[in-house]
Amino acid sequence: MSHKSFVWICLLPLAAVTAAFFLLPMARLLVTGAEGPRGLAEYLAILVEPRYRATLVNTVLLAAATTVATLIIATIAGLFLQRHRFPGRAVLVAILTFPLAFPGVVIGFMIILLAGRQGLIGDVSARLTGDKLVFAYSIYGLFLGYLYFSIPRVILTIMAAAQKLDPGLAEAARSLGAGPFAVLRDVILPGLAPALVASGAIAFATAMGAFGTAFTLATNIDVLPMLIYTEFTLAGNLATSAALSVGLGVMTWLILALARSFTGNSVAAAG
Amino acid sequence: MRDRIIFALQLLFTLIVAAFLAVPAALSIAAGVTVNYFRGIQSGVTLQWVAQVLDLYAGTIMASIAIALGTLLVTLVVGVPAAYALYVRGGRLARLVEEIITLPVAIPGLALALGLLLSYGGFGNFRRSWLFILAGHVIFTMPFMVRSVMAIFASIDVKSLDEGAASLGAAPWRRFVDVIVPNAAPGILAGSLMVVTLSLGEFNLTWMLHTPLTKTLPVGLADSYASMRLEVASAYTLIFFVMIIPLLVAMQWIGERGSAK
Repeated sequence: MSHKSFVWICLLPLAAVTAAFFLLPMARLLVTGAEGPRGLAEYLAILVEPRYRATLVNTVLLAAATTVATLIIATIAGLFLQRHRFPGRAVLVAILTFPLAFPGVVIGFMIILLAGRQGLIGDVSARLTGDKLVFAYSIYGLFLGYLYFSIPRVILTIMAAAQKLDPGLAEAARSLGAGPFAVLRDVILPGLAPALVASGAIAFATAMGAFGTAFTLATNIDVLPMLIYTEFTLAGNLATSAALSVGLGVMTWLILALARSFTGNSVAAAG
Repeated sequence: MRDRIIFALQLLFTLIVAAFLAVPAALSIAAGVTVNYFRGIQSGVTLQWVAQVLDLYAGTIMASIAIALGTLLVTLVVGVPAAYALYVRGGRLARLVEEIITLPVAIPGLALALGLLLSYGGFGNFRRSWLFILAGHVIFTMPFMVRSVMAIFASIDVKSLDEGAASLGAAPWRRFVDVIVPNAAPGILAGSLMVVTLSLGEFNLTWMLHTPLTKTLPVGLADSYASMRLEVASAYTLIFFVMIIPLLVAMQWIGERGSAK
């Protein structure tokens, strides 16, 4: 057997599995999206239909807020951990990265323990002010959940990128009289830009498309994945849920592809 | 002086972030072994909730382990040869294939699950079996295996190894088994840990694909969060932590060893 045919044989199982369980289902999804009473216009419903559009706007705002907040928090903590060595640092890094493997459902439960009806925040606020603060089952709880999901990922990326920065550049800027904030603004943040874009894109795409956390917190939070789920299971509206999920998939894919073309690195979302 | 203040503020900030991540996990572990969470840990420590979870949900735990191992087996058998082929062939086609198999990572699991349901929902026996969930997990985890192995090929110059073995007259499949696979071992190991971890925790797809008779651990978790008392839900989460944390530690250990080289 020639080497060339061996290479093809190596690829064959992957091609078969991908065709059967990915390409065919995606094609089916595309076709189903156009089979509703609205026909192809179903694909525009996400933009035209006021109810769907409101959900889309909601979802994008939530994802944007998650991304901005995560990037700020993770940059402060990541730069700090990369620059300083102190006792207990390794433990701190471990704590900040261990939620990496938590699926969305578990993160939802973490938020319930924090801000739910029997949660810590409610407990503390009831003792301090007499008012029990419960917000786990709203979009604010979901926001907190996506922060929980994204912070570990982004901190890791920023620490790795900060490690590769040339310390001489910041040193040179300082010796030329730049203050710490000028160094941060003009030297460090531009150096981190590719990492910020890449990890920000993952945070954004995840907050757009993740389902587990929203599902655990409440089924009536108004975000796209929940809308798709309820259209499919409760309303039995196949065409709408297919068209909406195609729209959502195209959006998350585009965000990640754009980030990749900007940074030249491959990025992947999860959850 | 100013540096000290900046240091202290940043440390405080980082500690608050760490507390945000660690406190709920600690609460969940505590709640899982507390007699009555509402009354606090003073009410006593117990394993009754863990026992109750094992009683109610042992099936989901075994199912998740079986599906994770099944997914691992398929991604190994299908993914490792494919990674080799994609790497040695290179060029535009290889990039396109890599792009396509990575799509399921960028597309929400919900969309993928809907596609699978629309395509295979009519095949009752397949739809009702564990294989249906397995298929979803394989598609979702495959890119992690393929890319992890391809990354190793890129770092060890597998092409010269392959050509060296070929010049000694070894047949292609012998070279693959005796030369390529052993040299790719670190990438295969890293990919395997990733595949098992992702499969054990996968919910987005699995929730849509499962039936009452095919429930995995995360599906059971969602079920317990919705309908069980907090102590039981916490004990169940505790069991999940116990399963997942060794995998996470192993992954970090491998990552550090890799970067230390």
